[in-house]
Amino acid sequence: MTDLTGTVLTPETEDELAKVVRSAHDNRTALQIRGGGTRDFGNEVRTDAVLQTGGLSGITLYDPGALTLVARAGTPLADIEAALAAEGQMLPFEPMDHRGILGTTGTPTIGGAVAVNASGPRRLKAGACRDSLIGVRFVTGEGEIIKNGGRVMKNVTGYDLVKLLAGSYGTLGVLTEVSFKVLPRPQATATLVWQGLSDVDAVAILAAAMRSPYDVSGAAHDPADGGRTYVRIEGLDQSVSYRAQALARDLASHGAAEIIADAAQITAIWAGLRDAEPLRAEQGDIWRVSVKPSDGPAVVAAAGAEAAFYDWQGGLVWLRMPQGAALRERIDGIAGHATLIRGTGQRVFQPMPMPIARLSQGLRARFDPRDILNSGKMI
Amino acid sequence: MQMPDPNAMIIARKAHLVARLQQVLPEDAVIHSDNEVRAYECDALTAYKCPPLAAVLPANTAEVAAVLRICHEEGVPVVPRGSGTSLSGGALPTADAVILGVAKLSDVLETDYDNRFIRVQTGRTNLSVTGAVEQDGFFYAPDPSSQLACAIAGNIAMNSGGAHCLKYGVTTNNLLGVTMVTMEGEVIEVGGAHLDAAGYDLLGVICGSEGQLGVVTEATLRIIAQPEGARPIMLAFDSNEVAGACVSDIIRAGVLPVAIEFMDRPCIQACERFAKAGYPECEALLIVEVEGSDAEIDEQLSKITAIAATHNPVEMRESKSEAESKAIWAGRKAAFGAMGQINDYMCLDGTIPVSELPLVLRRMREMSAQFGLDVANVFHAGDGNMHPLILFDANKPGDLEICEAFGAEILKLCVEVGGCLTGEHGVGIEKRDLMHVQFNRVDLEMQLRVKDVFDPGWLLNPAKVFPLDVTEGRRIIRQTAA
Repeated sequence: MTDLTGTVLTPETEDELAKVVRSAHDNRTALQIRGGGTRDFGNEVRTDAVLQTGGLSGITLYDPGALTLVARAGTPLADIEAALAAEGQMLPFEPMDHRGILGTTGTPTIGGAVAVNASGPRRLKAGACRDSLIGVRFVTGEGEIIKNGGRVMKNVTGYDLVKLLAGSYGTLGVLTEVSFKVLPRPQATATLVWQGLSDVDAVAILAAAMRSPYDVSGAAHDPADGGRTYVRIEGLDQSVSYRAQALARDLASHGAAEIIADAAQITAIWAGLRDAEPLRAEQGDIWRVSVKPSDGPAVVAAAGAEAAFYDWQGGLVWLRMPQGAALRERIDGIAGHATLIRGTGQRVFQPMPMPIARLSQGLRARFDPRDILNSGKMI
Repeated sequence: MQMPDPNAMIIARKAHLVARLQQVLPEDAVIHSDNEVRAYECDALTAYKCPPLAAVLPANTAEVAAVLRICHEEGVPVVPRGSGTSLSGGALPTADAVILGVAKLSDVLETDYDNRFIRVQTGRTNLSVTGAVEQDGFFYAPDPSSQLACAIAGNIAMNSGGAHCLKYGVTTNNLLGVTMVTMEGEVIEVGGAHLDAAGYDLLGVICGSEGQLGVVTEATLRIIAQPEGARPIMLAFDSNEVAGACVSDIIRAGVLPVAIEFMDRPCIQACERFAKAGYPECEALLIVEVEGSDAEIDEQLSKITAIAATHNPVEMRESKSEAESKAIWAGRKAAFGAMGQINDYMCLDGTIPVSELPLVLRRMREMSAQFGLDVANVFHAGDGNMHPLILFDANKPGDLEICEAFGAEILKLCVEVGGCLTGEHGVGIEKRDLMHVQFNRVDLEMQLRVKDVFDPGWLLNPAKVFPLDVTEGRRIIRQTAA
């Protein structure tokens, strides 16, 4: 048995990775798992050695005619997005880039995006990362190599461990390969903007937009500078201009909308919202709160935040709070959950009710019996 | 298909168990006479039958919890049942098991259009979920063919799909939260009206677990605003390969239809005789449906027409009206009924990468000759979910066995080309013994450990999904304990 303490492990194949984890299991070596190191949030991890997955890189299969892509977990996200763009396709879930708000450097990997279930504005229409993820390969805390799901988008063969691994922050297994359902990149896009709405009025207009038949793919509100409310439409050329105008007309009673058609400007708006740019500042805690969309304004009203904005029709509330503020106490009673993305002094993940906590601990004990994978991260 | 021997010790205690169940349920909700339990002896996989020990029909979550607590204490296996429409034997009982039917749990609990969800009890049928919201311009997207009868509970258990998943996803993509009762009788809430639940994605693993992790009694479902309209185009080709290539090209071109349905010649002919839809003479037929306003539909259909034209179609028939749309869909919707008139059939459900379509159809024809049984194909081509229908004669000794062997070969082929055994029907007992083809022992062991967490005694639907030899040790511990 090799003592791995104090080392940085950089396996280059799945077999090597499994061997390393097996050895860590035998020695009870606590491993901190790192992809690109850009999404470095979560509780402090007990670390005897660092396991880097960047060596497992490369797209292993891309079948544009079947809308599927398979890649090793350490593949840079940018490589995947470039390969998809070359075929006029994209990842549906618009994963955020955490570097801006976390001040991290490095290269985001696809495995890291899956580990935190990173999902951007299009989540409302196209689902979260976990919805596009159709297959995984991973290594358990005992060093076993497991496959689940596959490369087809309709698959109910056995239990769906794919979803379980998405958003498990490396605590159930080390991802080695991930498969996705991808989507055609929209030919055209438009964004409607309303100015000067209150949070409550803005969330009402977003709800009305989502109730329309116009297939809205983004619905956000930033209260800064008097308030800007955004609704995005994507699709074929003629469809997009028709839908944007129809929506502006149908929602005219809420206020007049400006229609932005410039692609570069639209990309910048939504990338900014995706990456939580409205909160960007050196100081303060950054929180991400998931609630029923119509409860969004109540969260902001109760939180007493320095800055806040809404995505997902109001259901995703981003907050910048004074350092150490006990946000969960302030918004207690609103169903949902809060995650501390940046800051200290509060639990990062929402404490869970007893039966759910017991099941979660039970799963972790089966996937990583010696508690060596990102130990402490999700507690 | 083998089922484990029933536990004689449990059967011997039937009267005691029935008496305990009658203490927590109204009298008519505990079915135990030999005659009456026969109503629960099978689901839609009618080749396999076994009357259960008893059947119970609780009317709310508290009653479900009371039943499960008793069965847990008594060490009696429980087989949950939605509407009994499973094609894979998911609700097939054993003689020592209690059937827990959710048919009485049919209420709508809450509708919220601003937040676009509906909360229902899970015995409610799939179609009646849409029925509850359609007058207000919404629908529930997953639409399995059995949607008139099938229950949401079963949809969640099997992670059901339907024709429209290409655009809207399957059940797991439209499920926001559940109330579930564990085998121990504990009621848990997972997810809710917010988009992402905290912690591990338990909802993701509960959906599709075939009633082995708990009994889901209430569900929060995503509802979607109805599109302005929808219209199909019918494309006919003189070869399966060309039709398959056309599907791939449509998807690559950036059009995302809501449905792409595929029928091959045997199926087209049967549908034509049965429904008289006016389908042309051809080898393969595609029905492609798109959504939007009239102008948007025209834009998408003209793109599809241009792509199809490069594949020399025998005919392209674009619907211009509601009546024409109905006519195009008439044959497809009658497909299963039409096949049933000709013969007994077994319906398979493997998924393949769309790009492998031509190869798989060719190999299937070769196998058809080898096994001496006809096979017709009707399936969701956009997502690669195939439904080969193998025709056999149930009255001819040995024919069912040949049919099953043929089916197994087709499913192995699906896995071999990168697909899977089942796309939407579930494993049940039907594909249970083929799980080795797709997964190795370690892959399966990891799934069993998930069940160990939720149901340590292996009492919930224990003889399904996994090969019996793989679960034997776990099920035997249960038997000894009982």
